[in-house]
Amino acid sequence: MSADITARIREDIFAAERAGVFRAVGRALPRIDARAHVSGSTRYYADRSFPGLLHVVMARSERHHALIGGIDLSAAEAVKGVVRILTHKDVPNNWYTILKLIGMGPDEEPVLAEDRVLYRGEPVAAVLAETADAAREAAGKVRIAYEDLPAVLDIEAAMLTDASAIKPHGSNLFIYDGRDHFHVHCGDTEAAFCEVEHILEHSYQSSPIEHAPVETTGAIAVPEPNGRYSIHSNTQAAFFTLDNAALILGVPFRHLRVIGGTVGGGFGGKVDVIVEPIAVLGAMRTGRPVKYAFSREEEMQVSSPRAAERIRIKDGVMADGRIIARDVRILVDAGAYSRHSPYGTIKAAAHMPGPYTVPNVTINAWCVYTNRTPSSAMRGFGVTIGDFAVEVQMDRIARLLGRDPFELRLQNAYRDGEMKPHRKKVEGAALVEVVQAAAERIGHSLPPEYRAMSSSRKG
Amino acid sequence: MRSSFVSFTLNGEEKELLIAPGQRLVDVLREQCGAMGTRNGCGQGGCGACTVHVDAVPMLSCLVLAELAEGCDILTIEGAARDRTLHALQEAFVAEAATQCGFCTAGMIMAAKALLDRDPAPQREAVVEALSGNVCRCTGYEPIIAAVLAAAAMLARLPAAAA
Repeated sequence: MSADITARIREDIFAAERAGVFRAVGRALPRIDARAHVSGSTRYYADRSFPGLLHVVMARSERHHALIGGIDLSAAEAVKGVVRILTHKDVPNNWYTILKLIGMGPDEEPVLAEDRVLYRGEPVAAVLAETADAAREAAGKVRIAYEDLPAVLDIEAAMLTDASAIKPHGSNLFIYDGRDHFHVHCGDTEAAFCEVEHILEHSYQSSPIEHAPVETTGAIAVPEPNGRYSIHSNTQAAFFTLDNAALILGVPFRHLRVIGGTVGGGFGGKVDVIVEPIAVLGAMRTGRPVKYAFSREEEMQVSSPRAAERIRIKDGVMADGRIIARDVRILVDAGAYSRHSPYGTIKAAAHMPGPYTVPNVTINAWCVYTNRTPSSAMRGFGVTIGDFAVEVQMDRIARLLGRDPFELRLQNAYRDGEMKPHRKKVEGAALVEVVQAAAERIGHSLPPEYRAMSSSRKG
Repeated sequence: MRSSFVSFTLNGEEKELLIAPGQRLVDVLREQCGAMGTRNGCGQGGCGACTVHVDAVPMLSCLVLAELAEGCDILTIEGAARDRTLHALQEAFVAEAATQCGFCTAGMIMAAKALLDRDPAPQREAVVEALSGNVCRCTGYEPIIAAVLAAAAMLARLPAAAA
């Protein structure tokens, strides 16, 4: 690997953490799986053969929001090679929510739709057939009678008091301990805004982002002679998958065994538990191995993307560049079901006001349901869009004051020992050093007092 | 329509297989020949993960009907190494950290090998062009381009017979 991309260890900073000489940190070592990757011998979940394998193709909602009047399976069942078609009636515990495992509820997503669908692409009926082609043909022949309902496709429209509530609890907002949003407050933001020289308010908006892994989401469930089921999966969350699948299927955890760890690109997109419960259920009902893999179209349309966010930041800035008040409103588009978004929304709120010490902070974050594809985990979900917003805001403040954007960041950067708004002390801060290193790399000169700054002391 | 026998050479080995009409080459290679190193990423010619050589030409095996491989010479990633010695491209992909999840790697190497087979000393632009049909979501491509150029340099130092 070229030397310029190898990290250089700042031994002055990390002196206290060094026990002897680093053996791996700071060196370019080959990945342990690299030789298998280049020779093609890596075995992904799909690179195994199982005699008698059945294939699942899902019949999905063609509507954003609708009541289901009826499901006619007769034409689909008549397709040669179809073995079984599963609907919600086949699922032992059809209602779940993935974050139940960390105490967040309620169960609010059906494994297979019952009397209504809340997004286009929502799974309705799982066709099991001898070949993928037969399953695909039959899935296209599942006739679903819809009665359309008004679709809520915009986060702010979903929050209006007269918006139609798409969720059973009568609101389009996730409820945190009795409140319709998550909040973080410290200091007195309103009072601080009265004392500042400048107030700067801007809005930022992102779109959903699809991970688009080259290997699509999939799993193969195999009945074992001991009565248990092996799940060959490309999940990024083997234990989330095992536990949630067992809860959905109503079997003890020990009845399932997840075999995974080799993921052909995940980026957070393989953290939800979508294909495994259906594959195992199919294996239970037929006694045969069952493969359920997303097509590329499904990966793009129904695998959960990074949530779209709408963020408004209002900053109170002193003439000398200190930010003394920051008020942030965050709206997170969960799509139709929770998945990881209630948690991502908490992360978004707790991440504010960014890596800066601001004494007066008000953060309000709403996790909003809409009739869009459910959003979920993706690389730093909950914080990356906020970082984009905060850093663009920092540049705007610098421009407003005619300040160097590096210096403005160094001035406001948090230091070790300072208190963050959510009442955690800053530890291991490195923004000062990172900004200094970035300036040096691009040949941007900083005055001596800024070069002398450190994350471990104020000044 | 009935299945028919199709013969081709796979990594130097003669194959005669019963092929159903409409079967894709990628599925035949993986399921009937056990050549699982050829990955199926999209099934629509969009990602390049299934790239193999058909008569020395890089092709997307998800878009090739297996019946059309009659009489062809097919090379997959399993045939890129010789006598258990990795090809220079494979060594370079390891050394330059050009793999992460590894799912695109076989297709990348086959696309790159087709380039080096016809142009042993390519410019960077030619490497980019040769890999333009192959998607990698992990690396950002730079280590892959560096690996192909490093492999070309490695091959230039080898006697022709070893390449």
